[in-house]
Amino acid sequence: MKFTKLLTGAALAVGLATGAYADDQEKTKVGFVFVGPVGDGGWTYEHNQARLAVEEKFGDKVETVYVESVAEGPDSERVMTQMALDGADLIFTTSFGYMDPTINVAKKFPNVKFEHATGYKQAENVSTYSARFYEGRAIQGHIAGKMTKSNIVGYIGSYPIPEVIRGINSAFIHARKVNPDVQFKIVWAYTWFDPAKEADAAKVLIEQGADVVLQHTDSTAPQAAAQEAGNVITFGQASDMSQYAPLPRVSSIIDDWAPYYIARTQAVMDGTWTSGNTWDGIGAGMVGIGEISDAVPADVKAEALALKDSLADGSYHAFTGPLNKQDGSVFLAEGETADDGTLAGMNFYVEGIEGDIPL
Amino acid sequence: MIALVKRPEPSRVFSLAAPVLAVLATMVFGGLLFAILGKDPLLAIKTIFWEPVFGEFAFFYRPQLLIKGAPLVLIAIGLSLGFKAGIWNIGAEGQYIMGALFGAGVGLAFYPAESALIFPLMVLAGALGGWLWAMIPAILKVRFGTNEILVSLMLVYVAEQFLASMSLGLMRSPEGMGFPGSRNLQQYASAHNADLITGSGMHWGVVAAFIAVIFAYVLMARHRLGFAIRVTGDAPRAAAFSGVNPARLVLFCLGTSGLLAGLAGMFEVSGPAGQVTIDFNVGYGFTAIIVAFLGRLHPVGILLAGGLMALTYIGGDIAQSKLGLPAAAIQVFQGMLLFFLLAFDLFTNYRLRFGRAEVV
Repeated sequence: MKFTKLLTGAALAVGLATGAYADDQEKTKVGFVFVGPVGDGGWTYEHNQARLAVEEKFGDKVETVYVESVAEGPDSERVMTQMALDGADLIFTTSFGYMDPTINVAKKFPNVKFEHATGYKQAENVSTYSARFYEGRAIQGHIAGKMTKSNIVGYIGSYPIPEVIRGINSAFIHARKVNPDVQFKIVWAYTWFDPAKEADAAKVLIEQGADVVLQHTDSTAPQAAAQEAGNVITFGQASDMSQYAPLPRVSSIIDDWAPYYIARTQAVMDGTWTSGNTWDGIGAGMVGIGEISDAVPADVKAEALALKDSLADGSYHAFTGPLNKQDGSVFLAEGETADDGTLAGMNFYVEGIEGDIPL
Repeated sequence: MIALVKRPEPSRVFSLAAPVLAVLATMVFGGLLFAILGKDPLLAIKTIFWEPVFGEFAFFYRPQLLIKGAPLVLIAIGLSLGFKAGIWNIGAEGQYIMGALFGAGVGLAFYPAESALIFPLMVLAGALGGWLWAMIPAILKVRFGTNEILVSLMLVYVAEQFLASMSLGLMRSPEGMGFPGSRNLQQYASAHNADLITGSGMHWGVVAAFIAVIFAYVLMARHRLGFAIRVTGDAPRAAAFSGVNPARLVLFCLGTSGLLAGLAGMFEVSGPAGQVTIDFNVGYGFTAIIVAFLGRLHPVGILLAGGLMALTYIGGDIAQSKLGLPAAAIQVFQGMLLFFLLAFDLFTNYRLRFGRAEVV
């Protein structure tokens, strides 16, 4: 048993050595592991755009490789290991479910840097990064509250995880602020990307009277469903989805990973890369707000842009008290803002949202 | 003029040659596809089939072949029994999920106690979970004559809902900061289905797959039950006359395939995957159907077919990363394999006749 352990250890060491050997060439190799197809028009599409931006920026000094539609779990672990063996210096793993596999592989390749999106486990050579999408949700909530006539806003949730719940709360708080009668109807699709399911969810919400549909899933199917129904407005998710502008899509949240990916690649080239946790919002440019279309009245648009500016310069926080939790207990006192720890693990609705978070 | 003529007897030569021809045809037409995409077809084929087994990093990929192939073989062996008898379990994916949930559930219930008994208990629970889930279509079929294809398939989606619910609720890790997913069983020694020899990929699921192959071989070749399965598939009426109880056969075939799928799920969740997560299932239960047919429903054939499928997955990922082939091209490549198999299969029962049709 001991002996074979030694053997495999030796074999791996040889592998590592060869991996390091490949490093000697001047090119920095950057790997990307994608959870969906690069043509999904949403989450993975934007990560791939950022990969292309890295190529554009560094030209011959960089080589990027990617594998798309990689299942979370052992498959992702294999793909990451393969990239590391093939001499990658930096690997971006772009889905929450890649968390434990990333940590496992990082242990085996201490000289390779890893960047894991939306997770919470770091290591000497593993950084985490995510975007404050909830800032964008605040702007959507504001527009939704102003523009709804039926006072019913539909929301397509993916999975009831903190990230999604945070978005619902942020949108709701800002919709209620401008429209005390607004109600949210939430449908859980239990998928990040499934056009058929997302379209069904949108249709159900529209049938129930929603004339605004917000989505936290990645396909354009809800946009198409809203266009078909007419008199319904939507917001692009992850990507601009501008092909549905000016109606139904009136604005969007755009994930812009390019500045971060370029900065981290540069850090690896310079040898200044260190592990950390990045959570950037509108201010740093990681969250973009897509062009607000002319379907939105000019005064609402001006308010939305003012809200955007105040979120960007930090003068306003999307979770500012007084706010109560759904059960009526105090969440934030007057003037208090939510700390990052609470936001990261958010698992409750704010007061006014009906229904339970499914378990 | 070319015509298809039914052979008086199925051709043994073609039955064996069809998979080989299918692989060759896939290489040719797959290569063509890769060439159209602007990639070197020979390099692409070599990357997919050669690189994982004999390439520079084969020491890493060979164990991965076992990890990827074992659940496919284990599930396909179970499915092949039913398929031979004309009993169609299409819902192995759901049984796989339920096996994983039962197995992981037992393990998580004991956390953090350490005992050598926990893992065997998890194995039993996993087998039970898969078996129970398969018993639903089995009993409905025997009792009410429902179609097992539809019932077993629909139960996959029910199982997926259970999986989502467990990852978000009952089995969610208390240390997960509210994120979905259970504790990682890889970090719980008593419940971890570790490699028997570190780095070899040889975990208990691989061992179970090999044992299943041997048992299935003996069952089909030597046992009375194997005879009953074969004769039911070939001639159901003859089987009834020879005293085969069709209801019992349905229960046995669906039960066994469910049990093996459950085991596969349990070994996966406690080993390579480690966690109950919403996206735990990645389609092994469906791919195993292809593996079963690619292996001619024969245990040894299934073993080889499982290895081949695993190879295309692993090699496919390498080709994506190294050559920049899109994932869709790899999936088309895998689809070709089944397509050509079915196409060449035709010649087992039919032959081509050239020239003018004879006048009878």
